[in-house]
Amino acid sequence: MPEEIKAHITGVVFQITTKPGDRVAAGDAVIVLESMKMEIPVEAPRAGAVKEIKVQEGQTVQEGDVVAVLE
Amino acid sequence: MFGTVLVANRGEIARRVFRACRALGLRTLAVYSEADRGALHVRDADAAVEIGGAPARESYLNAERILEAAREAGADAIHPGYGFLSESWRFAEAVQRAGIVFIGPRPDAIRKMGDKIQARRLMSAAGVSVLPGSFDAVADVAGAEAIAREVGYPIILKAAAGGGGIGMARVDKPGDLGAAFAAANRRAQAAFGTGELYVERYLERPRHVEVQVFGDDAGTVVHMHERECSIQRRHQKLVEESPAPGLPAATKTGLTAAAVAGARAIGYTNAGTMEFLVDESGGFYFLEMNARLQVEHPVTEEVTGLDLVVAQLRAAAGEPLPWPQSEIVQRRAAIECRVYAEDPSKGFLPSPGTVQRLELPSGDGIRIESGVEAGSTVSVHYDPLLLKLIAYGATRAKAIERLADALDRCTIEGVRTTLPFLRRVVASAEFRQGRVHTQMLEQGAFNA
Repeated sequence: MPEEIKAHITGVVFQITTKPGDRVAAGDAVIVLESMKMEIPVEAPRAGAVKEIKVQEGQTVQEGDVVAVLE
Repeated sequence: MFGTVLVANRGEIARRVFRACRALGLRTLAVYSEADRGALHVRDADAAVEIGGAPARESYLNAERILEAAREAGADAIHPGYGFLSESWRFAEAVQRAGIVFIGPRPDAIRKMGDKIQARRLMSAAGVSVLPGSFDAVADVAGAEAIAREVGYPIILKAAAGGGGIGMARVDKPGDLGAAFAAANRRAQAAFGTGELYVERYLERPRHVEVQVFGDDAGTVVHMHERECSIQRRHQKLVEESPAPGLPAATKTGLTAAAVAGARAIGYTNAGTMEFLVDESGGFYFLEMNARLQVEHPVTEEVTGLDLVVAQLRAAAGEPLPWPQSEIVQRRAAIECRVYAEDPSKGFLPSPGTVQRLELPSGDGIRIESGVEAGSTVSVHYDPLLLKLIAYGATRAKAIERLADALDRCTIEGVRTTLPFLRRVVASAEFRQGRVHTQMLEQGAFNA
């Protein structure tokens, strides 16, 4: 069952730390946002494979935006 | 003295510097990013120049553009505030080369203190005690291991170009060193462009106590007493006060003497802060020097009755220090609380948005330094400091009483803030008794 990973905060995509096909464990950072001088990882809610990354580095995302999808 | 002063900053600190300029009858020039078109600091200045896009690297970190703005508008001095370009020796040097006065220390002093390993070496040579550890960058895990064995675990890995807690990692045992070294190295490389690390012994439950120093072109250096800044999250301060409660007299004397000796050894001019860790037995160790005006400078101003920013302007204009050491006295107690747009119930996660409502207290013994008003946007691009609330009184108890009342009378809506957390700190027995250390937050003190 695919699962959307949403940003829990408004910020700018600082770093994309995974790519489609990567296996992640629950709690692994899928991307890293930067907001107000802080780097904030957006974590995988469960173990799985990354299906899709929906954002690019430098892009601004709003709280609740989908940033990636797990298989 | 100068004609026009450009402030290469935003928010409350830009406004604070403008106020000092006005006190001296100087013309003020703001610079601002696209995101800050409607910001308070822009309206505060006599003139303002837009310098670029919202991301700091396009605007407040864009040294070339800032110098261009200074030339266009005829500014003859630049105050960097804190953060952004304030500790860039290259910027300070470029300002001077452009024939403009940099309001701060000489580029050479900024450079020496910016390299944290060199700072350790210089301070140690000046007789200032530093934590046991390395005096050179450690090349690899084996190098770190050798030093760690010498000083004993736990140790802390730090970035040579560091500051603000970035690229720091505590290591409790040899088996953890490899992974920690790789992670700290990567973080330092990403943040500072150099992955160089050094090792220090890790202190359990230290206090963070710092000393304000001030030097002039003639080589005179004075101290302006200490500030206790132990209440921190992510190695960033939330509450600061002076005098430091319960600091043993011998420690206080040692700290201030060491701070002056250290600053003198590097020919320090203008305002700066020597930061120390104080252990449970009153021993103290040099941490780093901040070669700029500190966020918490109002604490020292309220305690001594002296204006640090006016003094910065005068010293940068080549005037001698306005006060001898004997006239710099702690006359009362002052405490500052930093109100950030962060959610303390979610691990101090930033809370960008629009300030919908803002009600601030006023009255005896209350000072507020604010960068926002109702309607202000709190952008993801900058530090989330909204305002600083400073309370002072004849005694620490009086200052606390005023602070508690002032915090209760603050209302900020639209963004989450650190206010609920600050109220809990000020109500706590630990804070009231002055029993504080830098790891309290991580250990869950002040939780709701």
